[in-house]
Amino acid sequence: MSKQIEAPPEADQQRLQREQDQAKERQKTRLGNTGLKMGELVELYRQMLLIRRFEEKSAEAYVAGKIGGFCHLYIGQEAVGVGAISAIRKDDYVLSSYREHGLALAKGMSARSVMAELFGKATGCSKGKGGSMHMFDKSVGFLGGHAIVAGQIPLATGTAFATRYLGTDQVTLCFFGEAAVNQGAFHESLNMAQLWKLPCIYICENNQYGMGTSLARAMSLSDIAQKGCAYQMEAEFVDGMDVLAVRNAVKRAVERARNDYLPTLLEIRTYRFMGHSMSDPGNYRTRAEIEKYQERDPIKLFSASLLEEKILDNKKIEEIEKGVREEVEDALRFADESPLPDPSELYTDVYANPIQPGRK
Amino acid sequence: MSTITIREALNQALREELARDEKVFLMGEEVAEYDGAYKVSKGLLKEFGGKRVIDSPITELGFAGLGVGAAMAGLRPVIEFMTFNFSILATDQIINSAAKMLYMSGGQFNIPIVFRGPGGSAFQVSSQHSQALESWYAYFPGLKVVMPSTAADAKGLLKSSIRDDDPVIFIEQERMYGHKGEVPDDPDFTIPLGLADVKREGTDVTIVARSLMVPVALKAAETLAQQGVSCEVIDPRTIRPLDIDTIVESVKKTNRVVVAEESHPMCSVGGEISTQIMERAFDYLDAPVKRVSGADVPMPYAKNLEDLAIPDVNRIVAAVREVAYLD
Repeated sequence: MSKQIEAPPEADQQRLQREQDQAKERQKTRLGNTGLKMGELVELYRQMLLIRRFEEKSAEAYVAGKIGGFCHLYIGQEAVGVGAISAIRKDDYVLSSYREHGLALAKGMSARSVMAELFGKATGCSKGKGGSMHMFDKSVGFLGGHAIVAGQIPLATGTAFATRYLGTDQVTLCFFGEAAVNQGAFHESLNMAQLWKLPCIYICENNQYGMGTSLARAMSLSDIAQKGCAYQMEAEFVDGMDVLAVRNAVKRAVERARNDYLPTLLEIRTYRFMGHSMSDPGNYRTRAEIEKYQERDPIKLFSASLLEEKILDNKKIEEIEKGVREEVEDALRFADESPLPDPSELYTDVYANPIQPGRK
Repeated sequence: MSTITIREALNQALREELARDEKVFLMGEEVAEYDGAYKVSKGLLKEFGGKRVIDSPITELGFAGLGVGAAMAGLRPVIEFMTFNFSILATDQIINSAAKMLYMSGGQFNIPIVFRGPGGSAFQVSSQHSQALESWYAYFPGLKVVMPSTAADAKGLLKSSIRDDDPVIFIEQERMYGHKGEVPDDPDFTIPLGLADVKREGTDVTIVARSLMVPVALKAAETLAQQGVSCEVIDPRTIRPLDIDTIVESVKKTNRVVVAEESHPMCSVGGEISTQIMERAFDYLDAPVKRVSGADVPMPYAKNLEDLAIPDVNRIVAAVREVAYLD
């Protein structure tokens, strides 16, 4: 039964309006000042579109029974992952929650290996053993989707600890939803990261709902960026519908991390256009609310400014659309045709060093 | 050979492994400046410096997870829990991250980490500080669980655990840090994981005991020898993987078994050992397997009640006599 839900609190409405105005201003003036070449700007657009189309097809495949278990889509949040990951190197680390298909693609994993993992196939990035919530690819520094809320935050703190210990200048991006902020693991990690100066960038993707519970109903202080001050950690609030704003904020954080081993907390405000997972009826929010955010669809916003600045034209947009659709279709075909894991795989990879007990 | 305490043996193992591999570091509460709450890490800060021996805040979930993440990025952490009671706060990271990472990443990320510290009963520290948690951790595929009972085992097994490429739960016994024993001086002395040890040979009854119950079982065997009963005492040393072959071999010889353990009886490691004996050596048994366990109550504070809650020599002697149909 659907139930009337409260509108977001007044303060949030005002902030949203403010964000919209600011974003419009920025989009107008900023494309030339990003330091990005035209091709790189177009690539950001292409990646966001690839994630959008990939997730749309994942939803279809889920409904068709090709994908099992849970499936948490990234639609609406593409600018966060693409903008953030565009600001780091291939050898930097990314860890995430279970809403990580888009982040995996942005970090350079192939659509084929991600889709095959969703299909539970042997060719998947985790050999079909991880599924939607546990994508890994060591070769591109993608250290997992983790499926206990906030579980990845201490892990990311640990990879940052290791890079500092080993004396490399790698940084770690740690993505989590705003609901993770209420977990102890978040606070324990930020405390250690600032105390020990660990090069970890904590990216809170604030999509404003922890499953069906709105931020307002779950958090006493819902201004998440403000929580950085509890640890004397640099923190910023960022408009997550603006891919360049995300990229620039992460770039600033990466500089602090690479040069001075300083961690940063970023609250990146975004919105998921789909349900929490594929099984979410969504009756905790109104259609009107979703539509309001869809007006600021990050892909539409960015393509509009690229068109305005004549970096893209309609013909080029069509080409990109075609290329992306082909890439996703290819991934679907690959996943469909790939073999299931061999039954013998059930007992592999439990231990790196399996011990036959009783052997000297 | 030197005669040293279990505490010193563990300290030697840590020192040697820190010296052997730059990627090994020790982290935990009070491990550095305080020299360890139980002095296991005594002198290590001075010798290896603050980069390798690190005092953590009281934040068990946080530093356990930090250790797992560090292992994903190529280090070999040794994470000390001041006591394993506090590991309960860290179980999400031990179970959901350390134990499963290799499997759910399709073999890409193994976690070479040791979680160590004292477990079991101590001296009148009551319910929340006296717990045997080995059956929790032994339940999970992906973890290895080790429980030494002598100084030599402590040293040899800790060194193997640190060199192992998988997560190891290494449970010391709070009451046993001062126990002395002979330990080889060779810095490359190790004991392989997954290998039980016959602590005393005998012919009439097998006693399977681990950790604190090993010295208790050996005393019981001494008493029983005077009564004309020859006991074989087997210490599995590694709980997962379990060297059941050595136990079954002994049972086939003695045909009678007592399994002694400090832990509560419900869902205990002793229950598992009993089942495996039943599955593998049923036809050899001349009596049902008898378990001697800790009392099925939270640990009480009062000395007399605490004594009643932990299996002692008399209870093991009585159990052996029962399976031998002597009374």
